[in-house]
This record gives sequence, C-alpha cells and structure tokens, in this order.
Amino acid sequence: MTTTVERAEPAATSRAPGKPYREGKRVATTAHIALILWSLLVILPLVWTVLSSFKSTQEVLGNPLALPGKLRFSNYAHAWTTAGIGRYFLNTVVVVGSALVLVMILGAMCAYVLARFTFPGNRLIYYAMLGGLTFPVFLAIVPLFFVLKNLSLLNTLPGLIITYVAFALPFTVFFLHSFFKALPGEIYEAAQIDGAGEWRSFFSVMLPMARPGMASVAIFNFLGLWNQFLLPVALNTDSKNYVLSQGMASFASQAGYAVDFGALFAAVVITVAPVLVVYIIFQRQLQVSVTAGGVK
Amino acid sequence: MTQDVVPDGGPQRSAVRRRRRPLTFDRVSFMVVFLGLPLAVFVIFVVSPFVQALWYSLTDWSGFTSGMNFVGFDNYVKLFHDDIFLKAVRNNVELAIVVPLVTIVLALTLATLVTIGGSGTGTVRGLKNSSFYRIVSFFPYVIPAIVIGLIWAQVFTPSSGILDALLSKIGLHQFENYAWLGDARTAMPASMFVMIWGFVGFYMVLFIAAIRGIDPEVFEAARIDGAGRFRTAVFLTLPLIRDNVQTAYIYLGIAALDAFVYMQALNPGGGPQNSTLVMPQQLFTTAFTKGQFGYSTAMGVILALVTMLFALLVFVVNALTGGRDRKVKVAR
Repeated sequence: MTTTVERAEPAATSRAPGKPYREGKRVATTAHIALILWSLLVILPLVWTVLSSFKSTQEVLGNPLALPGKLRFSNYAHAWTTAGIGRYFLNTVVVVGSALVLVMILGAMCAYVLARFTFPGNRLIYYAMLGGLTFPVFLAIVPLFFVLKNLSLLNTLPGLIITYVAFALPFTVFFLHSFFKALPGEIYEAAQIDGAGEWRSFFSVMLPMARPGMASVAIFNFLGLWNQFLLPVALNTDSKNYVLSQGMASFASQAGYAVDFGALFAAVVITVAPVLVVYIIFQRQLQVSVTAGGVK
Repeated sequence: MTQDVVPDGGPQRSAVRRRRRPLTFDRVSFMVVFLGLPLAVFVIFVVSPFVQALWYSLTDWSGFTSGMNFVGFDNYVKLFHDDIFLKAVRNNVELAIVVPLVTIVLALTLATLVTIGGSGTGTVRGLKNSSFYRIVSFFPYVIPAIVIGLIWAQVFTPSSGILDALLSKIGLHQFENYAWLGDARTAMPASMFVMIWGFVGFYMVLFIAAIRGIDPEVFEAARIDGAGRFRTAVFLTLPLIRDNVQTAYIYLGIAALDAFVYMQALNPGGGPQNSTLVMPQQLFTTAFTKGQFGYSTAMGVILALVTMLFALLVFVVNALTGGRDRKVKVAR
C-alpha cells in the first residue's frame, strides 16, 4: 500500500526566478485555460442552483440567466418543512451516523481477526468478503426485501441501518485488513506479556494504532452511505422514514405537478451544502485519505 | 461490548491455535464476538440474499401470496426475447464503453496538466496555483449522485434550463427550446455527460497522486533525453501508472453498468424510446412495480454476469497489452 502523502507543489514553493522558456510559458498558459474551463463547468451549475434557490417559481420558469428579484429565504423554509427535507435530513443523520459507527466497529473487529489470526476458513471468509464487494447489489435486492420483511425490519430505520452496515462491511474489512496486517507484531506481543488479554490488546493497543486507516475508511463509508439510493428506495418506502437521497428524488418527481421549483433548488442546496463545506475546510486531509484508499 | 453473545461463530472456537495458546474465556469470547458478530450480519444480509437470488431466478415467483414453481431456465429464455430488456443491456454496454474511456482520458489529461504543465527550465514541475483546480474538480465527488442528476436535469430543461439559455445567447437559436433529455438522439449522450461530470474529479485527484508518486528523476531523465511534455505523458507517465488506470477502468465500468441513480434522476421512465433505460431500472420496476420477482432476479443474474465479464475483459486486455498481472485492488 502506498500511502500518498501530498507533496507541496514544487512550483508554488520554489519559483524559478530565471528566464523560463517561452515554450514552457505557453504550455503553462494552455494548461491554465483548460483547467479553468473545466472548473467553470463544475462550478457554474452549482452557482446557478444556488441562485435559483432564491427565485420564485415564476422566476425559475422565466429567464434562467436572470438574477433572483430578491433573496427569498422562504424557499428554504418551505423545503425544510412543507417538502419534508428537514425530516429526511434528520433521518439521514440518524441512519448514516448509526450505520457508520457500527460498521467501523464490526469491520475493524473482523478485519483484525482475519489479518492477525490463522485458523481454518480464514481465506474463505476473506474471499467471500471480496465477492460481496464485487457483486452488484441489484442481484441481492429482491431476496433482501424478503429477508427484511421476514425479520419485520422492512420500512424501519433499524432495518435500513443494519442493511447499510452489511453492505459497507466488505469494503471496510478489505481495506482495514491490509492496515492491521502491516502493524508491527512486537507491540502486540508486548501487550500480551504485560498481561493484556485479547480484548484489551485490541481496544487499547491495536485499534489506536490503526487510526489513520480507520479515518480513511470512515470518510469513504460516510460518503458512500450518504450517497446510498437503491437500498432506501427499495427497502424503506414509508415516506416518514425517507432519507435525503430518496426524499429528494420523490420531491423532484412531485415538483413536476405541484411545482415549487424555488423550494426544489433550496432542497438541493440544503442537501449539498453541509458536506461541501466540510470538504472545503478539510479538503487537504480528505484528498490524502481518499487517494490513499484508491491508489493502494 | 457484550460478552454473552450467542456463539454462532462456533467452528472458529477451536481455531485459536496460533502458537497453541490455551483456550481461556478471554480468547474464546473474543473470537466469537469479533468474528461471529460481523459474519452473522454479513451472512444474513449479504450472502444469503445472493444465494437466494440464484434460486429465485429459476422460479416463476410472482407475488407475495402465490407459491413458486421451479421453471428451470425459462426466465432466461424469456429474457433473451424481451426486446425492452435487450435494449437496456445494449444501453448498459454502451455506457460501459463510453463512460470509463472518456472519464479516464479527461481525468488523465487534467492530471497531467496539473503535474507536468508548469513552466520552468530544467526540472519538470507542476503547475502553479493548481490546488484550486484540484479542490474544485473534486466537488462532484461529495455531492450525492441523485442530486447531481437532479441538478443536471434542471440544467437540461428546455426553456427554463440554463443550457438552452446560454446556447441561444451565443447565437445557436435552434437550441432555444431544445429538450436534451426528451429527444432520443441526445438523451443518452447527455446522460453520459452527467455521469462523466460526476466521475472525472475523483479520478483526476487519484491520478495526480499516482503521478506525484513517480520518482521525479524519471522525468528528469526524459527531459534530458529531449522528450516533450506530450511524449512524456503518453510514453512515460501512462505506462508507469497503468495499474491505477486499470483499477479506475474497473470501478468506472461497474458504475456504468449500474447507472441506476443517474438515470432515475434524469429520466425515471427510461427516456424517449427507452434510449436511456438501463438493466437496473428495468429490474427495479419488474420487481417492485410488477411483482415479478422470479423474472427480475434473473435480470439481476444477467447483470452480475455482465459485470464479471467486463472486469475479466479489462484484466485480459491489460495482460495482453503487457501489463503486469497484479492482484485486483478494490476500493468502494
């Protein structure tokens, strides 16, 4: 695993004061133009969404390039209460939060045992996890529906949480496996000699050492679960239990008839803004974590 | 942590054999909880549905009350004569070819511009102030896919969407009221574009990290030998990060064979003349609207097979073109 530590961009720190080649300058300019164009393509739809979130429905259906007449914060109030986005938001926080904590604990435990203990069936479990990672969830969705139904967990938040945990588990185990494998054995030995049992060795010694890996996986899992759409749409059809992603989709499909476009855009902003702001604040750590996960 | 958990990880109990340590309560309870608990969740909610799916796909099960009969491969035979499903398969294959290719080319180009596009003498250097581009390009990765789809659906909306407004502003008046997602000719390309928009930033950041991981002396050597930036990128960088590209290709292909969220946001009904209908959408309606559970799980099996085939194809192509055969690296 190559932990990619972000190097400071060399050019930003050590400017070459000499005379750059004209050719080099041209390349740099072209590069800047291309990258600016791409950045605009990313930002413009988002800016337009924010502007539209302050418009009245009439303005939304009017000239799309016009600015909103005034800042209608009432759109946000409508989205939050009338459209139920507030409720969905809280549901999502509960579901994603609980699932995240659970999957990190269970995943770390399972990965630790698989990585550091030899027993018959170890490889089998590992490959089963790998398989669970590659098979499309769509293959499982219909039987899963009935598994939850039989356990009376269908259309309940606990049912959704446990499903989230189950489907995030393979990735968590797979990723943390390599992390626990790489931890030095001597520290574990030392803990054992000092009289710590297996439980204490794990929680007081090994788990804290795996903290960087845990952070990366937690970020991945958070984004993955926050993003989750299929599982709630299929297994959580009671509208008061909706999570944000499915609530947004149903709001958007209603908006075609009931038409409160300003509130729709406001709902989008409410959904996107918190995570985006957190990302911008922690972007350096986040990108390091994410690339460490992807490049490995 | 509770220690009195039902020992459903039974067989593993005898397994605490490392260095033949004695089976104390501490050790046994540890193995049972640490292995048994996660495995129980995994088996009940992941493994068992997958296995059941294989069985359901061989039955005519079609509702909550009626029983199910074993019908052999009838569902699969029916699938191969189901024009709508075959259309969905074709759309998925199209997506799996175009989306990964365009995304990777774009992401590699942008990553190259950031890492070796800088001006300067002697050394190959990164572009100045490029962290801004990196941060912005990554935005779509933190936006839920359904929201990406909804935003772009609004952008593409005729007359009130910003795209048509911008196009007619620069003089292309034929697009003044053009329904990008409502016309069979453009619905698919427009949907592909949205997916690519959502993916590029993440892979760009990934490739930037991979390129920065290359020993700078390699670039120096190429520079001294007189290789230009373009040649350096194509003949030096690309082979050195080919494993990352392969991994990216597989994730992107799997994402394109899914595409459910994006299509559901852009054209929930499958688009004009089913031009953007994908297998998962068809599976979903067949199961949860029509209640044909046997038939829909057969679709799931086909989807899984196509996914496996795609991954295999990427491996074989990579091996044949000289890539080293390494273990698959999976993330997310």
